[in-house]
This record gives sequence, C-alpha cells and structure tokens, in this order.
Amino acid sequence: MKTFPIGGVHPSENKLSSAKPIEVLPLPEAVCIPLSQHIGAPAVAKVAKGDKVLTGQLIAEAGSFMSANIHSPISGTVTAVELVANGQGLRQPMITIKREGDEWVEGIDRSKTLVKECALSSQEIIAKIKEAGIVGMGGATFPTHVKLSVPPGKKAEALIINGVECEPYLTSDHRTMLERGEELVVGVTILMKAIGVDSAYIGIENNKPDAIEHLRRVIAEGGYKGVEVTPLRVKYPQGGEKQLIAAVTGRQVPPPPALPIDVGAVVCNASTTVAVYEAVQKNKPLIERVVTVTGKGVKEPKNLLTRMGTPITTLLDAAGGLPEDAGKVINGGPMMGRAMINFASPVTKGCSGITVMSGRDAERREASQCIKCAKCVSACPMGLEPYYLSKMTQKKNFDELEAQMITSCIECGCCQSTCPAYLPLLDWIRLGKQSVMGIIRARAAAAAPKK
Amino acid sequence: MEVLLNTILTLCVLGVLSAVILYFVAQKFRVEEDPRIDEVEKMLPGANCGGCGFAGCRGMADALVKNDDISSLFCPVGGGDCMKAIAGYLGKAAAEKGPQVATVRCGGTCEKRPRTNEYNGVKSCAVASSLYAGETGCSFGCLGFGDCVKVCSFGAIAIDPATGLPVVDPDKCTACGACVKACPKLIIELRKKWPKNRAVYVSCVSKEKGAAVMKACKAGCIGCGKCAKVCAFEAITVENNLAFIDSQKCKLCRKCVNECPTGAIKLVGMDPLPKEPKAPAAPKPAAAPAAEKPAEK
Repeated sequence: MKTFPIGGVHPSENKLSSAKPIEVLPLPEAVCIPLSQHIGAPAVAKVAKGDKVLTGQLIAEAGSFMSANIHSPISGTVTAVELVANGQGLRQPMITIKREGDEWVEGIDRSKTLVKECALSSQEIIAKIKEAGIVGMGGATFPTHVKLSVPPGKKAEALIINGVECEPYLTSDHRTMLERGEELVVGVTILMKAIGVDSAYIGIENNKPDAIEHLRRVIAEGGYKGVEVTPLRVKYPQGGEKQLIAAVTGRQVPPPPALPIDVGAVVCNASTTVAVYEAVQKNKPLIERVVTVTGKGVKEPKNLLTRMGTPITTLLDAAGGLPEDAGKVINGGPMMGRAMINFASPVTKGCSGITVMSGRDAERREASQCIKCAKCVSACPMGLEPYYLSKMTQKKNFDELEAQMITSCIECGCCQSTCPAYLPLLDWIRLGKQSVMGIIRARAAAAAPKK
Repeated sequence: MEVLLNTILTLCVLGVLSAVILYFVAQKFRVEEDPRIDEVEKMLPGANCGGCGFAGCRGMADALVKNDDISSLFCPVGGGDCMKAIAGYLGKAAAEKGPQVATVRCGGTCEKRPRTNEYNGVKSCAVASSLYAGETGCSFGCLGFGDCVKVCSFGAIAIDPATGLPVVDPDKCTACGACVKACPKLIIELRKKWPKNRAVYVSCVSKEKGAAVMKACKAGCIGCGKCAKVCAFEAITVENNLAFIDSQKCKLCRKCVNECPTGAIKLVGMDPLPKEPKAPAAPKPAAAPAAEKPAEK
C-alpha cells in the first residue's frame, strides 16, 4: 500500500468520535469573527458597530490577492470591531456580532438536493470560490482560490483530495466523507474543471475503510469519470501536502520556494472540497464547519457542525463540559494543534477539532541531554536534521539555519514526539524558522526598491 | 665536524636571506592604518558588548576615526565622558548624551498578577511569546523566563525569585541595550540615569483598556490620565490606554506618583512627596510600593 517515502511516525490514533454522526450545534447567541483566519493579509472589515447583518453577508473583504473574504455566520447586530484576545491570549482584530433570529441573505440555496451539473467555466468557478472566502480547512488555511489559480507557464496534471486526517483524535474529515460523500465527489469534479485536469485522487488512510468503501461506491454509482480513491498506509504526517503528493504520485516537491504545482499537483482538503461544492452549486459562503470535540476525559466526544465564531466553551459544553482532570485544551489535534488559554475564543475556518488532554497526558516530561541518536533525523518527513536545527536556533546561527533549509520544516512535531530525551526540538525550530523567514522577508524588501 | 659547520652556515645564510626578502615584501605590501585607531581603541572601555552597533570596540574605533561626523556614534558603556575625550583627541564634535540605565517596565509581581495557566515548554521568553500570551492574564507583561538575564554581559540583571521579575543593578548596567533587544515584549527601556539611581517611571506597558488591565494585574496602568494632568513639565503622555513618562523631560517632582490609583508609577531612590491632607486615601497605596522599592533594588 502507498505511503510517503521518508520519515514519519505512528502516534496512537485515538479516533474516539469516528462513529459519532455529525450533530448540528444550536446557533450561538453571539459570535466573534477574527479578520485573520487565513494565511496572508488580514481581511478588511466592511461593517461598523451598530450595523445589521444577515447570515451569509460579506462582512470583511480580502485585503490582497493572498487573503480571503469573511461572511457573517449569523444574522444580528455588529456590537464591536476591535482587538479581542484569541485562543492564545494574543489580541487580534475581530468583529463581534450579537444574534437576532436567523435570516439569510437571498440567493443562498439551503436545500439538501444534490446539484451535479456545473456549467461554469474555470474562471467563474475560481471567482465563486474566492467570493465565498474558502480557505484550506485542514488547518493550514491557505486561500483556495490562490491554490487553484495555476500560474502561467505551469500546468496542473492531477488533483489530489486530502482525506487522510492523519492527526490523532480528529474525525471531522472522516465524518464529512461518510455523510457528505456525494457532495464531496461533485466538489471534486468542480475542482477538476477549475484547474483543467481529468484525473483526481482521493487519498484516504486505511484506518478509515468505511470512508474508502463509501466513496468508491459513490463514484461507481454516480459514474464520475477520472475520480479515484487511493488507500494509503497509516503514517503521520501523511496529511501534509508534500507528503500526500509523494504518497499518491511518488513525486517529491523540491524545497521552497517550489510549490506543489511545480510537480503538477494541486491538493485540496476533503472538507474544503465540500465547501467548494456548496459555494459553487449553492452560493453558500464558508460560514460553518465540522469541528471534532474530543479527548479521553471528554464525556461525549462529538462531531459538531458549528458556525464560525462560536465560542469554544459552547462546543465543550455540548460535549459534556470541560472534564475535571483536563490538563490542556488544544485547538486542533495533539500533534499540530496549539494549546489554548482563552476558551471564549472563537471557532475559525482552520479549526478542525478541540482536543482535551487529561492531566498526565498533557504534561511534558523533563528534558535531558541529546545523545545524538538521530531518531529525530529518521522521523523527519522533510529530511531535515531537527537536533541540529534546534541547537543552531539556540546559538542564533541564522545563516546556518537557512543553509540547512529550516524554512522547509512543516512543524509536524515528529521529531519532538520521537525524541527519547524529551527535548523540546520543535519549540526551538519554530522560533528559528520564524526568525529566518523574517530575515528572508527583510532581505527581499531591501532588494525590491533597487529594481 | 665539517658537516656540522656546513649545516650551521647554510642555515644562517638562509635566515639572513629570508629576513631580507621579508623586509622588502613587508615594505611593498604594507597596509597603511591610521595609528589613531589604536589610540581610540585604548580609550574605549574594551567591553566588546556590541552596544554601539559594531561587533566590538575595534569596529567602533575604526568608525570614529574614519567618519567625519561622529555625532551618531555613541559608546553607552563609556558614556559622555569617554566620548568627549575621544572627540577631543580626534578634534571632532561628539554626541552629547547623558548616562542611561535599563529600566524594566513591568510591575506584575507574582502576587499582583496571579497566574492563570502553566507553561511547560522551553523556558525562553522568545519561544513562549511566539506561542502565546504568557502565564498570566496580561498579554503585555514580563514572561519571567530571563532572556534579558542571559544576554547581559555585565551581570547587571537578574530575576528576583520573590517577584518573578527582572531587576537591574544600576551600578553595573552600562546601558548597552542588549536586554532591550532580547525582550520580545519590549518591556525594557533605556532611561536617563539620575544621580543616586533615582527614577520615576511607569512600570507597565499594557495597552489594554482599564477594566481588562485591572482584571489581569493589580499594578497595571489603566490609562486614566491623572498623572498627565498633574505633570507640570509635559513629560507624561497617555496613548493607547498607557501613560509614558519621557525621562528627558521629567524633573523627578514626584507629583504623578501620588496621583496614580494603581501604583503603576514607580519611584526609586527617593521618598514620596508628603501626603496631601485633602485626599488621605489616595497617596497610601502609592506610598506602599514606593517604600518597598529601594530595598528591592
């Protein structure tokens, strides 16, 4: 069975909520919408305090090409546009809306009927996706319209749908594939049309045999041509874009600044594909997503269909409340997620799950000396040397870090999870990567005016 | 015997020959260096701390000799006297800058700013601040992992275990600015150094609104602006819910210290102004932290 060639680990899967059907969370009383829910420039607020908004109305417009629109997830009154603390306690500009009823903008098709045919051209599809503010919902939140706009001189050869969900605990993509398989496959055909390819692969790890079987049946029964399900051997981080391309096509994406399109691949997450279907066929902007609320101490792990901006506390309450022995609440999964200190913070476009780690699991063990065992080197899916990058960051040797390709680190955490000395490798590497990227940006900015 | 003599003679001739060649080569390829650079380097303190912006004192000396206008160059360790002496030697105009001292602008001690969560990642301010707001409810305050302590080459800064905050020893501090650059929260500022290490400064950098500050920390600036009103020298500005005392304009009159309702304005090395009979309650909280302060430093 296929998988990516180098590195990777196999953490305990703990998919506690994989058998729980998606539940619709009741509408929140108030929402907080961050203007920056995606990679790139923050969106620019189009509403002010006191404005009335409808569900699905554009409230913030993309700040540049590399940005995304944001729509109101509920109807009501804007109560504030100001700096609010996010999950990590850092202040970000957010739009706060108090709910009044649930009135939708006209033109959005809220029926469940499947619309298969799409007569739009490639440009029109991408324009609709851009309008709907769709970003990668697997967590990286890369604006989808940017990804689909194939730069001139390059050619897409295949579309890869990311249904891997390699992150432990999370099941939102799994449930979406099972319950909205038909919409997903129609979404795939739309994306194929948008980038002009005639083959698509849906990569799914073989710990989700029901999803593989279901999608294969949907494809066979619906007669969708060129769409194929590719089962993959379970290995983390297979959901990483470059790892998935390597697993499915066998091609290696060169180090940055090369992009997946350089090997002819465009990768799109499964939930994002369903959002694309809704945006193109139903005119529905990205205002809700499935969020897994899970953890060993959580009473009822659940998959909740949640409007964006809903406070995390509401989701925790819906899953039986915050357990008493909770040691850490993570936005995302345990490998790539970020620990939170502010549970009043909102669900955003990239939030695929809330994982509650109980006391003992949450604690880090005491770090000792590096014994140069090179387990981290074997585990790194990007072929880097994590122990060395960590050391060089501590020494602030940024030239060496750049030469060692620290910018290609995907921050998957394999190195840290495999380290027998419990060294905080990724903590340092992240810092080093941020610093080096800052230096590269500053250099580019200094070079730009000379031209 | 003959062999020995031949060997010694050959070696002697070779040595003399090499010396002559080396002499001419040295003459031919001699690098002309201003002898004043060596002199100026001797006049500099030799701390090689990098506070001037150059890698070491030699680099600074080189720049001082070569640049016609040296008003933008300043050695924070040597201070004004050192710069004046160098300028006199070189016959150039030196930058006029009084002595400065690093000042930690956070008063969120363990008791005034209770912890809301526990961080068990790398004990480094740079790492912690790249991840989240910090262990307390204040996202502006000191993280307390001591990045400033690690970069200080003079041993002038240390974390006080009782308060969890860094404390600067003004006698050791040379104002090289290494800690200012190391602090990811931009808490440390170089301020004018008064005789006897006296100081008045706002010990808070929080731009939060008053209510949020009060919730997170009992020693924070709430941006009420009382200090700015009472200041006779226009040294205090309030911007983004935060008061700032310009150390160049401040005359240490201490009026603002008694006005501050949260005790965010710190007074060091001096007694507070006598309490005004009009408002007996107000000066008390301000007086208490001020009295503690000299003992701490």
